[in-house]
Amino acid sequence: MKFVDEFRDPAAARALVAAIRDLADGGGDGGQVFKFMEVCGGHTHTIYRHGIEHLLPPSVELVHGPGCPVCVIPMGRVDDAMWLAEKPDTIFTSFGDMMRVPGSRGSLLEAKARGADVRFVYSPLDSLRIAIENPDKHVVFFAVGFETTAPSTAVTLVRAKDLGVTNFSVFCNHVTIVPPIKAILDSPDLRLDGFLGPGHVSTVVGNRPYRFVTEVYRKPIVVAGFEPLDILASVHMLLAQIREGRCEVENQYSRVVPEEGNPQAIALLSQVFELRPHFEWRGLGFISQSALKLNDDYAEFDAELRFDMPGIRVADPKACQCGEVLKGVIKPWECKVFGTACTPETPIGTCMVSPEGACAAYYNFGRLHRETAMMVGQRSELPVLTK
Amino acid sequence: MTSHAGTRPATAEEREDRVLERITAFRKRRPRLIDEVITLAHGAGGKSSAALVDAVFLEAFRNPELEQMGDGAVLTLPSGERLAFSTDSFVVSPLQFPGGSIGHLAVHGTINDLAVSGAKPQWLSAAFVIQEGFAIAKLKEIVADMATAAREAGVSLVTGDTKVVPKGAADGMYITTAGVGVIPAGRELSAQKVRPGDKLVLSGTLGDHGMAVMMARGDMGIDADIHSDTAPVHELVDLVLAAAPSTRWMRDPTRGGLGTICNELAQDSGLAVILDEASLPVLPMVLGACDMLGIDPLYVANEGKFVAVVPADEAEAAVAALRSHPLGAAAVIVGEIVEQPEGVVALRTAFGGSRIVDMLVGDPLPRIC
Repeated sequence: MKFVDEFRDPAAARALVAAIRDLADGGGDGGQVFKFMEVCGGHTHTIYRHGIEHLLPPSVELVHGPGCPVCVIPMGRVDDAMWLAEKPDTIFTSFGDMMRVPGSRGSLLEAKARGADVRFVYSPLDSLRIAIENPDKHVVFFAVGFETTAPSTAVTLVRAKDLGVTNFSVFCNHVTIVPPIKAILDSPDLRLDGFLGPGHVSTVVGNRPYRFVTEVYRKPIVVAGFEPLDILASVHMLLAQIREGRCEVENQYSRVVPEEGNPQAIALLSQVFELRPHFEWRGLGFISQSALKLNDDYAEFDAELRFDMPGIRVADPKACQCGEVLKGVIKPWECKVFGTACTPETPIGTCMVSPEGACAAYYNFGRLHRETAMMVGQRSELPVLTK
Repeated sequence: MTSHAGTRPATAEEREDRVLERITAFRKRRPRLIDEVITLAHGAGGKSSAALVDAVFLEAFRNPELEQMGDGAVLTLPSGERLAFSTDSFVVSPLQFPGGSIGHLAVHGTINDLAVSGAKPQWLSAAFVIQEGFAIAKLKEIVADMATAAREAGVSLVTGDTKVVPKGAADGMYITTAGVGVIPAGRELSAQKVRPGDKLVLSGTLGDHGMAVMMARGDMGIDADIHSDTAPVHELVDLVLAAAPSTRWMRDPTRGGLGTICNELAQDSGLAVILDEASLPVLPMVLGACDMLGIDPLYVANEGKFVAVVPADEAEAAVAALRSHPLGAAAVIVGEIVEQPEGVVALRTAFGGSRIVDMLVGDPLPRIC
């Protein structure tokens, strides 16, 4: 398929893997392991879906980062969402990924099965359309996501205001990517050698916001795309920087990410949102200025102001180690409940819910012994019959 | 289990292996039904469905025929002749979609369940639940589709029932069909006959039906020229069984897709299934739609395809036989059976990596059949 196959070409992959091995193992510093964090859940998903982890030499280790929007939503916010969904005469709309995230009283999917009108949408504009079609109901959109999805929420709010829609509100949980990266860099329990930077967030914010990573923390960062070859190429670029003694913000995903980002989208964000003083992240705790709320001009659409929501902070289940997984401190399989008490069918933590969550990706795709994985991966091609 | 009696602390790799072994053991337990109410996932054909069937239906109805848990029950008559008996309900929304309608599905679905059980489909029943207010003209169109599908497949609709429910009690109409077919003497298909080295032959492209219905629903805002593959497979089954007489096992990858039936095969046979991603036939349009929606074509429903496990030395003959028929033109070997890791389905990615293919969890595409 055009523009997809090119980024999944096995021959190109083999060449890149060989080049990565040469750079990683060829520094005369035998035994060094390079730890790179891929920031986005989308990266994590690609890495496991295409079996990249076992293609890389043991000297390159990928650590999964916090960039999974579903994974970082704390339980209290899910409880608030459930409370909204179960209000009479309410249609609660959400991206599909959020539907299975457990709060302290179950998930939105369970609320739906019990009778709440919960619908999944692919765009907040669909929520607005539902509001216009159902004037006797109040429609809430459960907004989650980084700078990638926030502009579409902003567009929707601008349109709702223009149209004078009064039965629509947004439960805003938009977060920003830089504060958690900074929190991870400040965390004493992690030694990283570089970052695969967020691809789609950067289409909006550009590459400038990551300069502190190289300038203050002296770690290289390469903004990476989401196809398997993008991941390998970005790993190669990070290793090249290290071997050449450079420390820069580089853009591997230049076919999509402009240096300056998307000024229109950025303007739209500042038109509609303002920074919250602080916001709770699942497992990472409160991070200051890390999330967005609707500003005064759009206060009428803010579900948190419009409804007397419980807003109770709920501690993560004791057994859940999502926070350590999100910070890359432990691998998914190192969590105490991984794969037994916590599975995709009965998730305890958010990382097991979203397809972008590190635990779900590892459980669904990666759960293979290294030797088995090698055996399967290297297996000679099946006989190709004439097509 | 890796021994670690010595003083050396376990390496990360050893600890990971131990966790994986624990999970494997955990997964061998029977699925447990923990939900208090039915959710859409219970109808998706994946793990939740298995748990529901196990805990509610199997528990209540337990008998040797049911416990075969095949696509159809195999019944032995006093004469020694064997019948396959199967039933299926159809709740697809919308009722009509590019490539077919609920009428085609209702006939093809049951015919195919009988065919992959080794039977020649012969008689069908049809029961209709129709909502008050439903247009008779539309009903006639759907019934005409059923009649055409049955005539083309050489089966007769011999009994039926109609119920009408008040507005709001059903969405348009639902159809339930049951079917009976005779299994020719000497045909024995079972997962227990599958051996390491056997090949998986797939009769055609993956994902067409599920994505066609998804697109027809219109709520994706994507226009794609994707047609359902709804079709009867019994002629193809006959061709495979003639060309590959030692065929071990067959199943049609409907709800839950190829990924789900391969998991059933791995569990029932106690062997491993290795799929080769590069050989999986998926139309570019279907793959594009799947990629956009984040859906894996391995889990998307098909309504005119089946998988046959055949010995390696008969695999090419099976593929050639399938390709001699217009419905089998894209037939291909998609994988093989190996001994280890027991009960697991793994995919050799087109990229040269490898990954697990697990049972489907949740329901990405409700009401597609």
